[in-house]
Amino acid sequence: MELFGSFALILAFVCALYAFCGGIAAIITRHPLLIKSARQAGIAVCWLIFTSTLSLVYLFFSDNYSVAYVVSHSNRDLSTFFKIAALWSGQEGSLLFWSFLLAIYVVSVLLTYRNKNGELMPYVSVILAGVQLFFLTISNFVASPFKALGVANSAGGFDFVARADGNGLNPVLQYPEMVIHPPNLYSGYTGFTIPFAFALAALLARYPGEKWIHLTRKWTMIAWCFQTIGILLGAHWAYAVLGWGGYWGWDPVENASLLPWLTGTAFLHSVMMQEKRGMMKVWNVWLVFLTFMLCILGTLLTRSGVVSSVHSFAQSSIGNWFVGFLCIVIGVCLAAYFKNKDYLKSENQLDSLASRESSFLFNNLVLLVACVAVLSGTLFPVFSEWFTGTRISVGAPFFNKVNIPLGLLLMFLTGVGPLLAWRKTSMESMKRNFRRPVVAGFLGAAVGFILGLREMFALICFSLCVFVAVTIVQEFYRGARVVRARSGASWLASCVDLTLRNTRRYGGYIVHLGMVMIFIGLAGQAFNKEVEKELPIGSTISVGKYQLLLQSMEQKQEKNYVAERMIVEVMKEGKPVMMLYPERRNFPANQESGTMVAIYSTLREDLYVVYAGMNPQNNLPTIHVFVNPLVKWVWWGGMVVVMGTIVALLPNRAAVVVLAPAEVPAVAKELTGMRPAQVTLREGHD
Amino acid sequence: MQKRVKFGIGIGIIVISMASLAWLGYGESKTYYHTLAELDTLKGSERAQRMRIGGTVQAGSIHRLTGRVDFVLEGEGKTLPVSYVGSEPLPDTFVDKSQALIEGRTTGEGRFVAEHVQAKCASKYEAAPTGPGNTPTTAPASTTQRSSM
Repeated sequence: MELFGSFALILAFVCALYAFCGGIAAIITRHPLLIKSARQAGIAVCWLIFTSTLSLVYLFFSDNYSVAYVVSHSNRDLSTFFKIAALWSGQEGSLLFWSFLLAIYVVSVLLTYRNKNGELMPYVSVILAGVQLFFLTISNFVASPFKALGVANSAGGFDFVARADGNGLNPVLQYPEMVIHPPNLYSGYTGFTIPFAFALAALLARYPGEKWIHLTRKWTMIAWCFQTIGILLGAHWAYAVLGWGGYWGWDPVENASLLPWLTGTAFLHSVMMQEKRGMMKVWNVWLVFLTFMLCILGTLLTRSGVVSSVHSFAQSSIGNWFVGFLCIVIGVCLAAYFKNKDYLKSENQLDSLASRESSFLFNNLVLLVACVAVLSGTLFPVFSEWFTGTRISVGAPFFNKVNIPLGLLLMFLTGVGPLLAWRKTSMESMKRNFRRPVVAGFLGAAVGFILGLREMFALICFSLCVFVAVTIVQEFYRGARVVRARSGASWLASCVDLTLRNTRRYGGYIVHLGMVMIFIGLAGQAFNKEVEKELPIGSTISVGKYQLLLQSMEQKQEKNYVAERMIVEVMKEGKPVMMLYPERRNFPANQESGTMVAIYSTLREDLYVVYAGMNPQNNLPTIHVFVNPLVKWVWWGGMVVVMGTIVALLPNRAAVVVLAPAEVPAVAKELTGMRPAQVTLREGHD
Repeated sequence: MQKRVKFGIGIGIIVISMASLAWLGYGESKTYYHTLAELDTLKGSERAQRMRIGGTVQAGSIHRLTGRVDFVLEGEGKTLPVSYVGSEPLPDTFVDKSQALIEGRTTGEGRFVAEHVQAKCASKYEAAPTGPGNTPTTAPASTTQRSSM
């Protein structure tokens, strides 16, 4: 099976080479048969990658310990569920998995548009084949997942060795989130290849109009959605497994996943300016390019350990390949840009500071500044070594100092932007739109202050969250009122109706609402409490309102590990609430141990309990207790964001031409009076 | 023209204030990387900087005391006594002979006070007879080097 898999992989490489070179020839000669054959080769690449990936999965399931990758990442006792995760737990497998996910996107794109956009698609196919070619080169010649296990013999040859059992999967990865987190994050990383390919293709082909934006919008949103889920699952995994009481530590790998998300978010917003007003074309194209480059950089950081594995930790040779590929991508993008720069000429100018355009501009600025700050902080050790010879790293204070104010500014813009009109907003409409939200925001701040919130940033954050939430509710209310006046349906039905008629706009609002919830959760971190203590059996520890009684300790043999756990009774203000079982797992296969955190989670706060090990000198177990307010809001907010994105991906139910009825003349006046003629009302996020 | 000036001022304010905040954060958290051998050659103010040092945990040197964990880091023929005083539990991979990265400051008496310890268990990769050219996995090193935002 390993021969079959590696043969499929090499065949995929050959096909990708043909799809790439033949595709370029097809663009030059415009020969229809050549175009078709290049496209078929592109589709064949994808099927071959699927075959190859499935055969690696089969090797895991059939416990084939003659393959080095299987030996390093699995063992017989590993459950089936985690054997799937073992596929991407190491470098070789995760690179193959990258190709696998990209192949899903590529085959969907090639099949969806096989008879459409004849001018554009050959370029798109060539670019996609180019990206696939790079990953297939790595998987075939640099880090092959099908390498047989063996040792060099004295004659200079190679003896194959098969082992009875494998080394097992890293215990920190044996957690359900680890099975779904990487596929999501990687689907995000790979998904941004599609808008990148379309943007570059449109630029190279000088494809007329903004059609590439319409074509890629859905793909961008799908990639963005996966990236969001991936980041949040990663955060949740760090929270539930690593046992340090938090979910975001500005670790290089975490930062790597955030970077393309920031530019991708900026892109999703700024394309609206191009769609509606023909502006920011250069900016948009570069945002897509940048997002793709950051995805490659993210894969590089995650996989090569360029940043986190300093000095003593082994460095991987794969880094150079990625750096080389990144240079090629930058070179191609620059060349395409300078060759066809005139194609990206803006059709309009900014009119006013108080306009939708300007709010998008500042939204982009904030996201980009955040991206630059996170990127420079992450790569600081590398650059400082280049320029000064000493390696210097920066820690959480650096990232927090910059990103907290930027986040607050972004939240402010989230509230302001959707209520501003395109081109210019009149003073009168500003007063009408902002009166209630601003009052609510200040009221929120006052209530928070009275309740005893004294952390400045947290207070500002809560106040802004109230402000934004009220603007969103107000938008739904106004829209639903119009629908209700005509249909007489209930408020809820009117809201649903409204949302389905303009999914993009109202889906967007739902996403914003989810972000508000996430920000509430983030602000909760200002009030975290923690205690660590050696606790004899039968004694109690109190944290905040909670008292924890250590009833006993227990040891249990499970299939793949030995669990040692604390039995803790939780009481709140003297009343028993529940039992918690924080545990440590020892894995005999690789002599590693892992922590299982016990969490009692409510909307108000999380009680987070870690069994931090036994003190060998006095045989007392150490307990580490955290009280983390509002954490659940982050996870729930994430779900709302995903729901909103799905809503925004739905097609509109019916064409909307909302003619404002008589009772809301103000809106009607704004519609006819303020909007330029070329702005259509079809589906915009306006 | 006037509009451009307005936008320029807005953008300028954001960029400049963020740059100055970044500078503050940089001053607060910058950490120099040194090897154990380099440590002796540092003089004056260089010794007082926050730094990060990599090495191997000497076998049998780990002593868990109340409030701190003492151990000896060795490498490049040098040894360094370390006291870990951080609040987070040491990572599961922190055992005798594991590779460790410590972060903190030196004290006058030649002892290193670490606030963060990252550890990666070297034995796992040595024990596995992997094929030539098979690079070790880059599974996340367990770490205490985390602080919430």
